Amino acid sequence: MISVLAQAADAGGVVSTGEAVVFWILGPVALASALAMVFARNAVHSALFLVATMLSLAVLYMVQQAPFLGFVQIIVYTGAVMMLFLFVLMLVGRDSSDSVVEVLRGQRVAALLLGVAFALLLVAGVGRAFTDVTPAGLGPAGSTDNLSGIGQLIFTKYLFPFELTSALLITAALGAMVLAFAQRRRTASQGQRVTVIERLRGDRISPLPGPGVFATANSVAVPALLPDGSIAPESLSEIIEGTSVDEQPRPAPDAHALTGPARSEIDQTGRTKVGDE
Amino acid sequence: MNHTQQLLADDPFWLILLKVVVLFGVGVVLTLFMINWERKVVGRMQQRPGPNRTGPGGWLQSLADGLKLAFKEDIMPANADKKIFFIAPVISTIPAFVAFSVIPFGGEVSIFGERTALQLVDLPVGVLVVLACSSIGVYGIVLGGWASGSPYSLLGALRSAAQVISYEIALGLSIVAVVLYSRSMSTADIVEAQGGGWYFWLLVPSFAVFVISMVGETNRAPFDLPEAESELVGGFHTEYSSLKFALFFLAEYVNMVTVSAMATTLFLGGGKIPWLGHLWSGFDNGWFQFLAFIVKVLLFLFLFIWLRGTLPRFRYDQFMRLGWKVLVPVSLLWIMVIFAIRTYRNSSGGSLTVLLITLGIVLLAVLAVAFLVPERRRAAVTVEPASDYPVPPLDLGVPDTPRRTAKRKALAREKRREPAGALTGDPGKETE
Repeated sequence: MISVLAQAADAGGVVSTGEAVVFWILGPVALASALAMVFARNAVHSALFLVATMLSLAVLYMVQQAPFLGFVQIIVYTGAVMMLFLFVLMLVGRDSSDSVVEVLRGQRVAALLLGVAFALLLVAGVGRAFTDVTPAGLGPAGSTDNLSGIGQLIFTKYLFPFELTSALLITAALGAMVLAFAQRRRTASQGQRVTVIERLRGDRISPLPGPGVFATANSVAVPALLPDGSIAPESLSEIIEGTSVDEQPRPAPDAHALTGPARSEIDQTGRTKVGDE
Repeated sequence: MNHTQQLLADDPFWLILLKVVVLFGVGVVLTLFMINWERKVVGRMQQRPGPNRTGPGGWLQSLADGLKLAFKEDIMPANADKKIFFIAPVISTIPAFVAFSVIPFGGEVSIFGERTALQLVDLPVGVLVVLACSSIGVYGIVLGGWASGSPYSLLGALRSAAQVISYEIALGLSIVAVVLYSRSMSTADIVEAQGGGWYFWLLVPSFAVFVISMVGETNRAPFDLPEAESELVGGFHTEYSSLKFALFFLAEYVNMVTVSAMATTLFLGGGKIPWLGHLWSGFDNGWFQFLAFIVKVLLFLFLFIWLRGTLPRFRYDQFMRLGWKVLVPVSLLWIMVIFAIRTYRNSSGGSLTVLLITLGIVLLAVLAVAFLVPERRRAAVTVEPASDYPVPPLDLGVPDTPRRTAKRKALAREKRREPAGALTGDPGKETE
C-alpha cells in the first residue's frame, strides 16, 4: 500500500490523488493532536498526543517517497525518545502537578519572547519553501532508490556534520553518565563502622517499619500501624502513594482487627476469671 | 525495484485481501498451536504429560481457554484511566500483526493463476518495519501498566519500557551486518542474497546477538521481568481480564512468531535451503519454500520454549548489564571487524588467503597476549567490624571430620551397599 502510494507520488511537483487524500486525513490529525498535546491536563495524555502527531508525520514522510525517514522517525522518536519521556512521567507519578512558582526570575517572559522569536524564524524559513523552491521528487533524483541515496549523501557530502552531530550526542551521553556516577561514588566506600556510627547519631536507630506489618495485610500498599492504631508515615512508599488518583474507601485502621473483641471486653472477662478463682 | 516488488505490484485487490486474511489466520493459529506446544514441551521437561484432555491429544486446550477468556467478566479497576486502559491491548496487538506483512514466507507461486510472491508487501526498508512495529508495540504494554493504576502494573510497565529500549539497540546493531552483506534492507532481497549460503555461517556473532536480544525484546523467559510472577503478580497485565488480557497474550505470541520469522529471514535464508537445491530443482518451488520457512520458524519457537523450561529468570541488574555491557559492545566491535574485512576484500588485490592468514596471526597474537597478561589480583577486602565487641573470625569454616568418625561413616556406607545381607535375613545386622 505504502509503496503504491509512494509510486503514485513519483512525479516531481504534481500531487497525486493518493498523496492528497493521505495528506488531508493525516494533516488535520497531526494538527489536532499537537493542539491537544498543549491543552491536555494529564501529562501522559499529552505525551500520547505527541506520539500521534509524530506517527502522522512519519506516514506523511513515507507517502512522500522517504520511507527510510518515516520508519526512522517511528523507531527513534516514537519508539525511543517518547518512550523515555513516558518513562520519566510515570516515575514521577500520575497526578503530580507542575509547580507554578517561577524558579528563575523572568522565566516566563523570556520563554514567551524566545518562543515567539522561534516561531517567526520557522515561519520565515518554511515560508520561503512554499514560494521560491520548486519541488523535485526524491525517487529518480541521482540514485537508484531513496535508501541508498541517503546513505551515499550522509557518508560523502554531509559526512562532517553527521560526525559532528554524533560527537555532540556522545558528549551529552558521557556527561549524563559522569553526573549520574559522580554522586554514587561518594557513598560507595562507606565502611560498616561509619554506617553504624551515623545511624546511632541519626534520629532513628531501628530500621523503617515494613508495610502492613502490624495491620491485617502485608501488601506494600497497606501502611504499617503504630501501637496506638495510627498509620506509621515512614512505612508509606512515595512512589506507590503517588500513583493512585482516587483514594479507595479503606476500612479505618483497627489495631485489634485480628484479636476479635475490643480491649475493654478482654479486660472484663479476664478480671471475672481471676475473681472466680 | 526487485523481482518480488514487481511481482507484488500487480497483485489484484482480491489477492491482497486474501493474503491479509491468511496472514491474520497464520498468526492466530500459530498462537493457539504455540501455547499448547509450549505447555506440552515444558510438561515433558518437568516429567509430566501437560494438557491432554481437550480435543485429540489435548491439542484443543488453548482454543477452549481462548473461548473461555472471551466469556469472562471484563473488570475495569476503579483507579484505571478508562480510555487508555481500553486502547492499550489494541495498541499492543495491531503492530504485532502489521509486522507480519513484510515477512517473506516463500518464493514465487501461482495462486488461482496469478503469479505472486508469498509476502504481503516488500518495502525497501522492510527490516525497519519490524523494528518500528516492535517499538510501537511496547506502548501497549507501558500504557496498559500505567493505566491500571496499580503499583505492580506500573513497575512491570517501567521494566518493560527500559528492557525493550535497551534490547532494541542490540537488535538493530545485529541487523547491520546482514544489511551490509545483502546490500539491501528489503526482506525479499535479503533472502535472495542467501541463495548461495546462509548468513548464519558467515555472521555467527550477529546471529548470537540477534537471538539473545530477540528473547529480551519479546519479554520471554529468562528475560520475562515485566511479568515476573514471583515479584509483580502478573506485571503489566495484573489488572487485565477477559478479552483485553487475551489480546495481550495474543500480541506476545505473535511477536514471538515475528521475531522468529525475522531470525529465519536474516540468518537462515528464509525458505531457501541451498544444499538441497543442488539435489533436486523441485526444492526451489515457492510452496516448498513456505514449508521450509515454517519449519525453521518452529525451530526458533522451540528454542523459546526450551529456554523457558531450562533457565531461571535474570535479576534486573544482570539483565541490563548483559544488554549494555556485553551485547552492544560486542555488536559494535563485530561491525568494525566486518567493515575492515569488507573494505579489504573490495579493494584491489584483496585476496582471501592473505586475509585469512592475517586474521589467524591476529587471533594468535590476541591469544598469546591473553595468556601472557597476569591474572588481575584482587585486593583483599578489609572488613572493619562495626563495633569493638569480639566477633568470630571472618574465615571461619567447617572443621575437618575427626578420623574416628570418618572411619565409622565409611564402614556404614560399605554396609549399605551390600544388598545380599538385606535379603538373607539377619535383622541384627541392619539395625546396627
